[in-house]
Amino acid sequence: MDILQIVLTESFWAASLRIATPLIFGVLGALICERAGVLNLGIEGIFVAGAMSGWMAVWLGAGLWGGVLVAALAGGLFGLVHAILTVPLGLSQHVSGLGVTLFATSVSYFAYRTALPNVSSPPRIEPFRPLDVPVLSDLPFLGPVLFQQTALTWLALLMVVLVWYVLNRTPLGVAIKAVGDNPSSVDAQGLSVYGLRIGAIVAGSALMALGGAFLTMSAFDAFFFGMINGRGWICIALVIFANWRPGKALIGALLFGAFDALQVRLQTEVGALVPSQVFLMMPYILSIIALVIAARGADYPRALLQPWFKGQR
Amino acid sequence: MIRIEPRQATSHCLKYGVPVVSAIVALALAAIPLALAGANIATAYREMFSGVFGSVFAFSEMLTRATPLIFTGLAAAIAFRARLWNIGAEGQLYLGAMAAVAVGTGFLDVPGFILLPLIIICGAAAGAAGMAVPTFLRTRFGADEVVTTLLLNFIILIFLQMMLEGPIKDPMGLGWPQSPPILDQGMLPPLIDRMRVHSGLVLAIVAAIIAQFLLVRSVWGFRLRAVGENASAARHAGIGVNRLLFSVAIVSGALAGLAGVGEVAGLKGYLTADLSPGFGYTGIVVAMLAGLSPAGVVVSALFIASVFVGADSMSRAMGVSSYLADLVVSMSLLCVLVGGFFARFRIVRTRAAAGGA
Repeated sequence: MDILQIVLTESFWAASLRIATPLIFGVLGALICERAGVLNLGIEGIFVAGAMSGWMAVWLGAGLWGGVLVAALAGGLFGLVHAILTVPLGLSQHVSGLGVTLFATSVSYFAYRTALPNVSSPPRIEPFRPLDVPVLSDLPFLGPVLFQQTALTWLALLMVVLVWYVLNRTPLGVAIKAVGDNPSSVDAQGLSVYGLRIGAIVAGSALMALGGAFLTMSAFDAFFFGMINGRGWICIALVIFANWRPGKALIGALLFGAFDALQVRLQTEVGALVPSQVFLMMPYILSIIALVIAARGADYPRALLQPWFKGQR
Repeated sequence: MIRIEPRQATSHCLKYGVPVVSAIVALALAAIPLALAGANIATAYREMFSGVFGSVFAFSEMLTRATPLIFTGLAAAIAFRARLWNIGAEGQLYLGAMAAVAVGTGFLDVPGFILLPLIIICGAAAGAAGMAVPTFLRTRFGADEVVTTLLLNFIILIFLQMMLEGPIKDPMGLGWPQSPPILDQGMLPPLIDRMRVHSGLVLAIVAAIIAQFLLVRSVWGFRLRAVGENASAARHAGIGVNRLLFSVAIVSGALAGLAGVGEVAGLKGYLTADLSPGFGYTGIVVAMLAGLSPAGVVVSALFIASVFVGADSMSRAMGVSSYLADLVVSMSLLCVLVGGFFARFRIVRTRAAAGGA
């Protein structure tokens, strides 16, 4: 069948990894926040802020890595807003997160429009180029799939390892997971629940923003209104699918990327028979299906969504 | 030492004062982006004010803008009270609009007194169905409705685009992806001659009054609040939580669907994929600013609509991006959240030696 031929091509897997990259950043970021006990629905807006600020920094001449840094800082800053509202103030994580999404999105759109009032076509930057690793890039299958991705895809893969290592092999990781399961026990050990949670949210949000930055600095070379298009929400679904584990998060994002790459290719095959919108819907429908499948066995961090106040038992 | 302790009771002054102060603070904070955009701040505020209160037409435009916001604000307020996180009002609005177009554009050529109620009922039913699905996925499979309703917004919008290029495309529309117009007798009559404000506003206010009454005075409202405050206690008290959540979902979805009916059958007359500039999401801000009270939703919808209409007018006059309105709206949500904290808790200074409470 045609599908098999598609799936066996190098370009298919290269595309899957490319589509998965922003999701890897987003899922890891959301996972860190939730492991510390705080749902971060600011993700969609933080993606927008990362995409806009990173692109804007490069456009103003900060250089590509300067842009990455600016995006991460912007993400961390909006994450801090969410952290202050949900951790010391203990406000509704749902509403605060949505508030941060609306705030980050409108700040980004307003800033973009104010800096560029009358542009009909968005200005472009010189985006990240694929890293051509000598020898490895010429490997038969892995070469094109792995070794012709941009630096940000590599950074995403590195982050999977790093987040896994920190969460599972360091005292800091143990503390973060404990603060998401049983904050009072962490407090009893003399560690700061507030500090750990706020730190996790800021770090997680910075990662999310890199997902946005990938879109404007690697996948495309410009910023568009509405370009995030629900990617943040998909990440929130994928975290549950991944059962809050970095390795599974990578697999989930890759599976998602593969399905998305497949539908693009199927669209060119049978596009005449089925309306294109059917394919456009697929990522969102798949996310809902993944969520329904995973929801029953989901091993939610026990203190997720529960505010904790110092002095409370 | 600084300690946070819950207040024994929240005074009326705080309850009504917090949203008002939050709104004022958010409006005042708009001076920062205005200054960054290089605008004269005083002139900008004057333009915003006259953009809403400067003429009868301007004021009627504000009321037109408030109509869908009352509906989506009610949708969010009712659902959030029961801790059913309906973030899908945007999609449900479009479902309502699609249903209105499906029955109202000539499929049934019946007199207005039949057609108009039919459009309203079908729109409400479509919105209700749109919220029933994620609620089913939650009660049956445990799938978080926050994520499913958010994702459904995208699915429904893409579905709408598909419909607008296919079954409900206007053959006379010169190729534009838009539906045929609603029959004249199916349109909600305008309230004032030569202005766009329509009787959907009356429907919205009636809906708010009914919702307020049901929530505060009915057994259903009592159960709803009980489930929202403590679902497991409500279950022990013999309340069928899942059934209640379904009824809440249907009411909430129907209200969001009515927002779509009003926009299509009251304002535009035909359906396009850009019918709503995020009314569903803004409804959440409206509801939060109203303290999740249906009666309060009317007031906060008027405020939010004023911000949008005022900022639009200011933007046209001074060239400052109209995204300023979205910025003020999002800041008022964050402000009211912080304000809500101070309404529920107070910060007490205690001497370290004084010890416990």
